[in-house]
Amino acid sequence: MVKKIIGGSYITLVLFLLYAPILLLFVYSFNMSREIGIWSPEWGFDLYYKLWSNTDLMETVVNTIVLALAAGFISTVLGTMGAIGMFYSSRRVNRTMNELTKIPIINAEVVTAISIALICTMFGFGRSYASLLIGHVVLTVPFVVLSVIPKLKQMDNNLYEAVLDLGATPTKAIFLIVIPEILPGIISGFLLAINISLDDYIITSFTKPSTFKTISTYVYDAYAKGGKSSSVPALRALFAIIFVVMIAYVVIHSFIQSRKSRLEGSR
Amino acid sequence: MNGLKFSRKQLGIPYAVFLIAFVVVPLLFVSFGLAIITTIVSLFIAYPVAYILSKTKFNKGGVLLILFILPLWINFVLRTAAMKELLYFVGMYKSNSFSFINTLIGMVYDYLPFVIMPLYSVLVKIDKSYAEASADLGAKPVTTFLSVTLPLSMPGIVSAISMVLLPTTTSYVISDTLGNGNVTIVGKIIETQFLTMDNWHAGSTIALVLLVIIFLSMFLSGKFTEAEDESAGRANLW
Repeated sequence: MVKKIIGGSYITLVLFLLYAPILLLFVYSFNMSREIGIWSPEWGFDLYYKLWSNTDLMETVVNTIVLALAAGFISTVLGTMGAIGMFYSSRRVNRTMNELTKIPIINAEVVTAISIALICTMFGFGRSYASLLIGHVVLTVPFVVLSVIPKLKQMDNNLYEAVLDLGATPTKAIFLIVIPEILPGIISGFLLAINISLDDYIITSFTKPSTFKTISTYVYDAYAKGGKSSSVPALRALFAIIFVVMIAYVVIHSFIQSRKSRLEGSR
Repeated sequence: MNGLKFSRKQLGIPYAVFLIAFVVVPLLFVSFGLAIITTIVSLFIAYPVAYILSKTKFNKGGVLLILFILPLWINFVLRTAAMKELLYFVGMYKSNSFSFINTLIGMVYDYLPFVIMPLYSVLVKIDKSYAEASADLGAKPVTTFLSVTLPLSMPGIVSAISMVLLPTTTSYVISDTLGNGNVTIVGKIIETQFLTMDNWHAGSTIALVLLVIIFLSMFLSGKFTEAEDESAGRANLW
């Protein structure tokens, strides 16, 4: 009994520490004070309005989302193609490709970032939107491949061969059989890619054009160079919105997941 | 764009040697020390969490676990910024001597979910009967933990270390945001050379040193073959 209480309070304490910064910003997103720690008598949604009317910040948010979607889409297509290609190629090619795919994951992000910037400069398009997109694709492709490959391994290979026997071309067989079979892997790879792209700071800062901003670089500039506290109170509103969206996403996701597993269990 | 102008002067080997010996190596020691402390502290915090979560009954289907993973869904830089606001709120920025500890707190905070997750997934799979057998044979709970559970959870500890050690050595976002300019780690010097000083050559030299160290450590620890688990583990986090 005592053990349980100690365990429970330890878990609660760690959870509290984990959420303390998030809750602090959440609470202060409704307070108009310039700085956290100083109460302001004004409460309300003014910061949210400020966020909405801050065109610079709104543009940054849109930039970030568009970039993540574009990078996620490209790397999902490339990663799925790569995973299928790896899966159906000879053992040796498969192994080599497997090792190569892991390099961007194992490698330090700064090193990846500097190499991409150097290569893009070498080919003459310097630090532009193209290099930024390439950087994010390089960063996210391995994760797509890694989420697709397990699904390919689980797939029943007889189906693919049966379709070929019935006269389908290999291309048609891929689209008819393989892609639908591995779709859950592709979708989770896509979501993972978007999440990683949204999260990234280092590669973005090395490859982006100098005027381009994402949420990561905006926040970094506001905090790392802005001394003690943020100079942009509206960021607190942005933070609160992101937090709520994430919670909603995770709740819906786990709800769908648990329903799916229940459906599969009852079958 | 000033990028690559291959002037002989800057690419000289003496310059590179000087840079590595007097800038990179001392910084590497600092960064690596910080990373090791971060890893140890987060292991000590996360192990009990993972252990309790793997035992408690009300963690059905990992509902509680999701709560520990949820912060990962918030932008990494924003999370670090939130930590800065909190530290500022509790008065950790009154003196510059707190810079190091602030950075450490931020690193532990940001990487804790990455430590809890692999530990949990290993601990939850350990067969209960091992611990029961150990208890039946007369071992005290502490002995059972030290000689049965801990060795069995070693793979989780190893993958947790590999997920934290390298990023904390090189990713300078946390030390930059929380360190108040007093904590410089090795990734930062690359960024400074590259983005502020516009000296791409020096930046590349340091990056190359890092790359060599990373690959050496990969080969030495035989990680190249095991990396699949780690990256798959990381993929499962989201």
